[in-house]
This record gives sequence, C-alpha cells and structure tokens, in this order.
Amino acid sequence: MTRWRLPSDFDQVAVVDLARHYGRRKALSQVSFTCASGDIIGLLGPNGAGKSTLLNILATLSSPSRGRVEYGNRTAAQGGAEIRGRIGMLGHDLFLYPELTARENLVFFARLYGLPDAERIAQASLTRAGLADRGDDLVSGFSRGMRQRVALERALLHEPRLVLLDEPFTGLDQASTTALVARLRERQQAGCIIVIATHDLDVADGLLSRAIYLKNGRIVGSDSDSRGLSERYRLAIQ
Amino acid sequence: MIGSFFRVAWHVMRKDLTVEVRSKEVLLTTLFFAVSVVLVFSFAIVREGRAPDDVAAGILWVAVSFSGTLAMGRTFERERYNDTLRALLLAPADRPAIYTGKLLGLLVLLGLVEVVLVPLVGLLFNAPIFAFPGRLAMLLVLGTVGFAAVGTLFAAMLVRVRSRDTLLPVLLYPITIPVMIAGVRGTAALFQQTPDLAMAQFWIGLLIFWDAIFITLALWTFEPVMTE
Repeated sequence: MTRWRLPSDFDQVAVVDLARHYGRRKALSQVSFTCASGDIIGLLGPNGAGKSTLLNILATLSSPSRGRVEYGNRTAAQGGAEIRGRIGMLGHDLFLYPELTARENLVFFARLYGLPDAERIAQASLTRAGLADRGDDLVSGFSRGMRQRVALERALLHEPRLVLLDEPFTGLDQASTTALVARLRERQQAGCIIVIATHDLDVADGLLSRAIYLKNGRIVGSDSDSRGLSERYRLAIQ
Repeated sequence: MIGSFFRVAWHVMRKDLTVEVRSKEVLLTTLFFAVSVVLVFSFAIVREGRAPDDVAAGILWVAVSFSGTLAMGRTFERERYNDTLRALLLAPADRPAIYTGKLLGLLVLLGLVEVVLVPLVGLLFNAPIFAFPGRLAMLLVLGTVGFAAVGTLFAAMLVRVRSRDTLLPVLLYPITIPVMIAGVRGTAALFQQTPDLAMAQFWIGLLIFWDAIFITLALWTFEPVMTE
C-alpha cells in the first residue's frame, strides 16, 4: 500500500491535564502524558480506571471536561475530520457489520475513509489477515479470532498514525495473539503511535514501550521497563 | 466537498440497504406492524364498507408514524450491536453526511412500507387514493421526510441510552406534531368527498417549510450531539 503523509499528520500526541466528568463522577482527573511515533503505550488498570474513557477522548469520540489532547500542534477541535483520518481504533466491540462479508466491511470503510481503489486495499487487508480465501463469507460466521483480525485490518485500512486498541487480546488463542502482536510490531516500525488498553499483562509484557497505570481515573504510575509487568502493575495499583 | 458529502451518504445508505436485504428484519417487522395497525382500525371503524370522513387519512399517518418509529429504533439498534456507530463517527467524513445516509436508508424502507400501506388503506377504507396520486405522493414523501429527519437524529442520540425504546416516541411525537397534522389534514383534503385541492396545496407548502427546518436543524446538531 502506498504511504502518504497528509498535511494533518502528526508524530506526537500530548495529553494535557485531561479530566472527564460524568455528572459528579470523575472518570478521569489530571491525566497528562505524551507519546511519539514508534511508541506502544499500555493503559493498565482495573475495571473503571478510565482506560476506555481515555481511549474515547484520544479517538475524538468524546470531549474532555477539562484539558486537551494535542495531535502534533492541533487539538481535535482544530483538526476535525483531518485528525480523525489519522486515527484508527479497534474497540472491544469489533466495529464490524455481521450481516456483511469481510470484504464488504473492509470496502465500505475504505470508501468511507475516501481511500482510492477500495477493492484492492480490502483484498490486501484480507491477505494480511490471513483470510484471503474467506473474504466473501459473512462476518457473522467467523470465529472471535477471525473477526478480530478483520477488525484490526479495518482499523488499519487507512494507515493511521495513532492506533487505539481496547482490550485487543480478549478471547484470542495463542496463534491469533502472536499474529496480532506481530502486526502491532510492524505498525510500530512504520512509525505508528499505538495505545493499548488491556488487562492481559502477560501478552503486554515485552510489547509495550511504556506502561501507564490508571486507578480511579488518575495516573498512579508510569514506567518503561521491559519486563516484569505483572509485578510492576501490582505495585503501582495497590 | 459536496461530492464527498453525497459520496459518504450514498455509501452509508447502500450499506444499510445491503444489511437490510440480507436480514429483512426491519422491513418485515415494520410492514407487519403497519398492516396490523390498519387492519385493526378497519375492523373497529369500517361499517358496511364505509368509514367516517377523514378517518382514512388519520389511520394512514398513524400507521406510518408508528411503524416509522419502530424502523428507526431497529436501524440504530444494529449500529449499537457491534458499536459500529462509533466506527462511522470515527471516519474522516462529514458527520452530517453519515446522518444523511442513515436518513436516506430509512426513507427507502419507509417508502417500501408505504407502497403496501396506501393501497391497503384505499381498499379497506374506500379512500380515493388514485384521484390525485401526485399530490398524495407529495404529501407522503414530504411528511415521511420530516418525520424521519427528526426521528433519525433522536434515534442516533438515544442509541446508547438504556431506555431508548421508550424515550424515542416520547421525544419524537411532540416535536413532529406539525408534520403529522399537515400530513393528516392534507391527505384528508384529498380523500374527502369533494376534494379541496387548495387546502391540500396549503398543507404541502407547510410540510416543505417544516421539512426545511427539521433537516437544517438535524444536519446542524448531529455532530455536536454525537460527540459525548
């Protein structure tokens, strides 16, 4: 696939004093960090720590109550659709239409993103997902792992700079997990900024370039050690 | 820019219709519900092949609005199921274009329902549906557009709300009352024994006015209301 650099492209994302409140409940408070091209950031924390809320704000799907996210030198409000065009997200729900085939899903989203030659891009994505021979099957007939592979390729169709993944390893077998990790490594090499919210510390260990520990909507720790994530997580969260 | 807007709307509408062709879920349930409403009213009201004046118009629009509400809810329920609405909103497309695509898809479905509904009302209530087909079609199209324009916006807004099925009609019906009144009165003017074309024309004009307001407001507010 041809790489291009849009005027809206960025190679750093800065989260500045971010807060998000739902009524009186504080989902996020005083969250600040930066990440740059080639980083794989792990958002780690117990349920309700604010990981998904933070991902939604990074994806521009949700507005912060206070603070801002800067994509390069622009905020989401300033960049609008151009910034969205540089973000790819894989949610816990896979963002796929089960009534459509894998190919139809990919072609639809490629067209929605205004990509030229959507059919060719979809075929390349199916090949990367190892589903070239199942492209014309309905997604509803796929296993969780196969859906996850299609969903990841959907999120990466437009070669986004910022890749946001919410619990990407849930329900995957060993082979699918290994393939997903390899694909993320490849995107890291290509200069993507990858942010992963996960509970799967065993898989995340060694993959992350930085771990950010969240508890009750606040950052309670951050480190860049390469191993021993479970122990570091336990120490940070307790 | 405008080309991109309609390209996105077209792709969203086509996707919705492809999904519907595969599942037939919305069309069949909506049609079944609409036909049931008309049948129940016809058994209750029609005596010896005659219905009271203006009843046919009222029942036609009751069936359109009730079944339309059902269709709106189901259309967005699909987007909620795998959180695909978020995927649509993430795309670097104009969000009003996504709204427009959803609206067009819904209008096609409601149009198909009305193709069955109108002859059924004509048959059961002895309504002169072929007397002024152009004006009747205009009233139906304009009324359905106004109703669906508001309904699509509300259904999208409520997609993550737990009590969305209850809230949708509660919010939708009061706001679309002007459209419903115009639709019913305009259709009644065509169905009455001595058709009042001037009156029908007046209500058509009013429908155009309300459609313009509702569509403008919906396009304007879709982006902010869809950003949490």
